[in-house]
Amino acid sequence: MADEVKLFGMWASPYSIRVELALKLKGIPYEYMEEDLSNKSSLLLKYNPVHKKIPVLVHNEKPIAESLVILEYIDETWRNNPVLPQDPYDRAMARFWAKFIDEKLLVTTRKVSFTAGKEQEQAIEEITEQLKQLENELQGKEFFSGHSIGYLDIVANVLVSWFGNVQEALGVDMFTEEKFPILFDWIGKVVKIDIVNECRIPKEKHLDYIRSRLEALKSASK
Amino acid sequence: MSEEVVLLDFWPSPFGMRMRIALAEKGVKYESKEEDLRNKSDLLLQMNPIHKKIPVLIHNGKPVCESLIQVQYIDEVWHHKSPLLPSDPYQRAIARFWADFVDKKMPDLGRKIWATKGEEQANAKKEFIESLKLLEGELGDKPYFGGENLGYVDVVLVPFYSWFYAYEKCGDFSIEAECPKLLAWAKGCLEKESVSKSLPDQEKVYGFVLQMKKVFGIE
Repeated sequence: MADEVKLFGMWASPYSIRVELALKLKGIPYEYMEEDLSNKSSLLLKYNPVHKKIPVLVHNEKPIAESLVILEYIDETWRNNPVLPQDPYDRAMARFWAKFIDEKLLVTTRKVSFTAGKEQEQAIEEITEQLKQLENELQGKEFFSGHSIGYLDIVANVLVSWFGNVQEALGVDMFTEEKFPILFDWIGKVVKIDIVNECRIPKEKHLDYIRSRLEALKSASK
Repeated sequence: MSEEVVLLDFWPSPFGMRMRIALAEKGVKYESKEEDLRNKSDLLLQMNPIHKKIPVLIHNGKPVCESLIQVQYIDEVWHHKSPLLPSDPYQRAIARFWADFVDKKMPDLGRKIWATKGEEQANAKKEFIESLKLLEGELGDKPYFGGENLGYVDVVLVPFYSWFYAYEKCGDFSIEAECPKLLAWAKGCLEKESVSKSLPDQEKVYGFVLQMKKVFGIE
């Protein structure tokens, strides 16, 4: 039976991009459906009624939501080019750091985006510490997953273009090569990989998008 | 090879309870160390330097942190007994989705119910009940979220049942009146020894919450 794989995503979402990376890594053909988050499609609402968010993977009409859940589903369904390690302890570590990226790093990034003055300074200090902790995980390794990219590299892909663009749009200085040479070295290596390069967010378009979103949210809160 | 399993725990923690249930389901012998969270042990700080939180599972000297990750780890290592996650990838994805949903809703809303008042508390109660109703929908007519046997989502959710009495007293509402199916499910889980021995008494948890309210100066 022919597999039908659809991905409901959004061009600037790091969560959506990580699913694309996994699909591309495994050579899985898929149909990409771009969602307008200000006007969500009825299909999206049907496939993810609980959270109404992207990304949603639909495999032979069966929907899966939440990017990390989707990554595990992809790895378990298409067994070529495994993305998660085989050993249970290594898997637990990979999952731990993926969760760290989502629940610490990206949450603190939101704080940096929506605060100013002392509060923003404090958030930047927090992010600096979190980035250092994440960078430690790369010590002695070519990629987070070892000799080739895997689950954690896919999740950490948020650092490749998304994070730098957000920083530039905000006019803050928190993620630099000076402060994080090992992370930047990793970025230099991953962007040479075709599929990673294919998934880079177009910079100018992204900067415009971030700026207009920040404006909209600021004026909404007034 | 002899297995050495240590659990750093704190008796009212729903996350710690998940671990107790999972380890009991698998018949794993372990040493439990009770942490005083106002005076964290060197072992805790060494084994979980990033978050400094319990529970921490230490397996042959190696720490595993974060309860959902720990439960999956236990399921993968002791895979020959009482599987918690289903074997089908799609069913596993559904289980993981709902476990993630529990973690997105229960801890934060639960805390708001006992620690806040007025509009914030009212909103939290409303969303809490809505979340439980969604979970009831997922449960359907099954005895457990895992089907015929206790599964991943059961292990992840049932610990919060031990906090329901405290939420009801603090929020002045009845969870049973709103979600009778879920209460029936919880009571069904408690008939299993792995669950009943892992959950503290609801009155004891309420006493703990009252103590916390005093400490944090919440009326």
